[in-house]
Amino acid sequence: MSPRLIIDLACLATFACMPLLAHWLHEPYLVSFFTRLAIYGMAAVSLDLLIGYGAMVSFGHAAFFSLGGYIVGIVAFHTSQGMPLWGWQGSNSALVVWPLALLVCALLSLLVGYLSLRTSGVQFIMITLAFGQMLYFVLGSLSLYGGDDGILLNGRNTLGTLDLGDPNHFYYLCVALLAGWLLLCRRLVNSRFGYVLRGLKQSERRSVSLGFKPLRYRLTAFVIAGTGGGLAGILWANYALFVSPDMGAWHKSGELMAMVILGGVGTLIGPLLGAATYLGLEQVLSQWTEHWMLIFGPLLLLVVLFGKKGVYGLLLSVLQRKPKVVAVKPNVAVEARP
Amino acid sequence: MLLLEQILNGLQYSALLFLLASGLTLIFGIMGVINLAHGAFYMVGAFCAAYTAMATGSFWLGGLAALIGSACYGVLIETSIMRRLYQRDHLDQVLATLAVVFFSNELLTLIFGRSPPAMPTPEWYSSFVEVLPGLMYPVSRLLFIAAGLLVAIGMWLLINHTRLGMLIRAGADDHEMVGALGVNIARLYTLVFVFGCVLCGLAGFMAAPLLSVEIGMGEKILITTFVVIVVGGVGSVRGALVGALLIGMVDSLGRAYIPPLLDQLLPSDTSSTLSAGLISASAYIVMALVLLVRPRGLLPARA
Amino acid sequence: MKNLVLRACLATSLCAATAAQAVEPVRIGFITTLSTPAGYLGEDSRDGFQLAIDQEDGKLGGVPVQLIVEDDGLQPAKAKQIADRMSLDGISLYTGVIFSNVLAAVINTTTKDAFYVSNNTAPSTLAGEKCMANYFVGSYQNDTPHEMAGVAANELGYKKMVILAPNYQGGRDALAGFKRTYKGEVTEIYTKLNQLDFSVELARVRSLAPDAIFQFHPGGGGINFAKQYGGSGLSAQVPMVVPVFSMDERMLAAVGDVAKGTNVVTLWNPQSDNPANQAFIKAFTEKYKRVPTVYAAQTYDTARLIGAALKASQGNLKDQPAFRAAMKNVKFDSIRGDFSFAQNRHPVIDWYLLQVQTGADGKLIEVPIKTLATRHVDSYAAQCSI
Repeated sequence: MSPRLIIDLACLATFACMPLLAHWLHEPYLVSFFTRLAIYGMAAVSLDLLIGYGAMVSFGHAAFFSLGGYIVGIVAFHTSQGMPLWGWQGSNSALVVWPLALLVCALLSLLVGYLSLRTSGVQFIMITLAFGQMLYFVLGSLSLYGGDDGILLNGRNTLGTLDLGDPNHFYYLCVALLAGWLLLCRRLVNSRFGYVLRGLKQSERRSVSLGFKPLRYRLTAFVIAGTGGGLAGILWANYALFVSPDMGAWHKSGELMAMVILGGVGTLIGPLLGAATYLGLEQVLSQWTEHWMLIFGPLLLLVVLFGKKGVYGLLLSVLQRKPKVVAVKPNVAVEARP
Repeated sequence: MLLLEQILNGLQYSALLFLLASGLTLIFGIMGVINLAHGAFYMVGAFCAAYTAMATGSFWLGGLAALIGSACYGVLIETSIMRRLYQRDHLDQVLATLAVVFFSNELLTLIFGRSPPAMPTPEWYSSFVEVLPGLMYPVSRLLFIAAGLLVAIGMWLLINHTRLGMLIRAGADDHEMVGALGVNIARLYTLVFVFGCVLCGLAGFMAAPLLSVEIGMGEKILITTFVVIVVGGVGSVRGALVGALLIGMVDSLGRAYIPPLLDQLLPSDTSSTLSAGLISASAYIVMALVLLVRPRGLLPARA
Repeated sequence: MKNLVLRACLATSLCAATAAQAVEPVRIGFITTLSTPAGYLGEDSRDGFQLAIDQEDGKLGGVPVQLIVEDDGLQPAKAKQIADRMSLDGISLYTGVIFSNVLAAVINTTTKDAFYVSNNTAPSTLAGEKCMANYFVGSYQNDTPHEMAGVAANELGYKKMVILAPNYQGGRDALAGFKRTYKGEVTEIYTKLNQLDFSVELARVRSLAPDAIFQFHPGGGGINFAKQYGGSGLSAQVPMVVPVFSMDERMLAAVGDVAKGTNVVTLWNPQSDNPANQAFIKAFTEKYKRVPTVYAAQTYDTARLIGAALKASQGNLKDQPAFRAAMKNVKFDSIRGDFSFAQNRHPVIDWYLLQVQTGADGKLIEVPIKTLATRHVDSYAAQCSI
């Protein structure tokens, strides 16, 4: 069994058995924590598509996270208050609201991506930051939707016969969506599209001389990533029953980037591990001391400076030392600097 | 008259932005490092200034303490952390410097506590000068503008008319070559970094009497500083000056004239939220517009 | 034989467990802001609450309590997670939140089969029609300080004023509250949340030439504002009328002499010779080596309020109607004098006007000028029908 497969199966097993484990340990909070982990993991994985495979460091990814959540929140607001939204009574059904939110996120990421991809390098980072902040301010100035106070939702959306109000049902839905998203991303990066994207990352000049138009591929990746972030936002709105503008502030984008790097850039499952590390450390340390950042900061620093390929890389190297495991070259995007 | 006063206000904000942006753009242009921790040195400078001035009662000693404090902290961070980041990509740099920011905030909380300190100032600092007939402007803000101007001229002289400046320009162009020519590039980088930190410390000292000296004060202005250097063109001090002026004036004049303007055009409820949104986003809107027209900024370092 | 020993051990441990249950302390979830520049507000609140507990050796109202403090970082989402976790853990009494946007996020969780007693923020959305049975307020209703500022401005004879606040819900509520009672001519100026430099707005104020200004900028923003207000020379010509949150005791220390002449509207008069008040100030200063702010005072009062209710209900939070009744009819030695609840469970208290002046020793003190209202009921009480 290759190390990669071992890690994949271990993650799957952990997520699948978590509710049972939580029940056995009498810690219902674990299900809540792992739901949050799955949601942030999805956002981080979609960011990895951009950072790890597309060489687009987007500092405004949290904007799609917040937009997805806000669409759910706004529809819920209008539905519960009985205020028609441009003639529409609103709906509580996930099958109506969620695709709508995803569509809005896709459209916005198309616009933002098109404008931002006219720049590159640090300017790209900054312009994505700018768009993220602009959305943050727009959401904060909507006094109808609570402004800075955000929107409180009364209940989760309905999905057929599933009772999403039950923490376990909702947890499994999130895990299923996360698994599906990971599989989709894997297929994507290993497809022709994915290879062109990675080729553009390695050397744009060579790819262009081979006849590929960079904008088309990068923009598509941007839109897909934005939709993924939006899906995570939708799930968050349902999980926390609360959306606020700071879901899209630059701090949140920075957190997502931290999760990607911690876990391992360009590995897809790495960011999920990174999210687990980040959230787990935050949880444990903040309960221990008020000044938890004094420890978390340097820890983060050490991982960045000395950890090769983050947590995922660490796990791989540990597993590869096992004698009975054949050393398989990990199928990760190697970062070649032009 | 009001317009002139608002223009002076804009100039003062521009001066603050320039002091911070010039160091940041040098660090980015020459070492290629995105330094999110830049604001932390500003905070360190302000805290050192406030506490020293409180302890000794001398305004200028506080200034000296600010410069020394931020320089020392800069040396510490550069030798231990920044050095390892020069070869890394932007992503690693962003994260590592973010970690430094978090750590610095907590460290200062531990050392100085959470109460914002007061900065004692001499009598003349709080007095007024008749800038134009009928317009009294506070000396404190004029001092700020003067500091910004002095630093701008000083940097121009440094970069264009000294050997160090020549090394800096050469290092920005091709640091391997400079190293091969026998210049100690590591020492040059440390020097540039610490110089940037000293500029931050100066900004902190100037800002301490006017603004609240508090934990996390660096983050509040950091993003705007980045906007300035991107608008101006990364690596170019002239660009930082132009960017600072543009952003500073747009922000100040926007705050002064957008709300009354919108109040006249729209009903008061929507106008207040709209003007608030516009004002908050103004720097970002300017940056997005500039980048769309000139993707590398207004005055990039290299043609 | 082994069986017998086993059964004996089981029995003893069960007894011990039940005995332990009997003296298990009441856990109080304290969700507050300890980081960010506004961190000193949470710090003072926590210290005020802890003082009340320490004075009774780990008890409140004779009932053992355990204070569990967590930092929300001024982020509603984070606070909600903390509240969810505490709720799953079985905590059924909460307090500590400083900011209204954070409270909005946790209020549903903390009042579901549990009680929330506010030690600071009490937004209008929860004070009127949407009042909740398990939500009590030990401090004040958010609009009242600003309404009182309007009353003070009328009584001080200011006919034309400029009012400023940051453009967020709390700021908008502040200006709305002021305009509710103020009778003169008013111009509104909104600033940015977390704004550093107010020179532009101050230039506008100067050009409008009002009799006085009202501003609501809590925390670091308020210090900036006051310093720059003094630096611009306006403080000498145009006095400020502010709620105490725009000029709390620590802000006063940070701002310095330019704060002289500021009119401060507050619910807590530090100079009041109420014995409980003087005892509190003395104990706080001795223990923490600094002067308490209004946040510490309110939270100390809230702690004692909770203590009295715990005493009356014997610390049994599971009997919700009993605890509710104990809270509603609570009688305790408030450091603010007379204290009772209105029908919407918000305080009925007195409001004072103080002015910042230089004391005999050259230090700044707040001198009481007058009492603005006694036993004031907030504007939303009548709309609450529970």
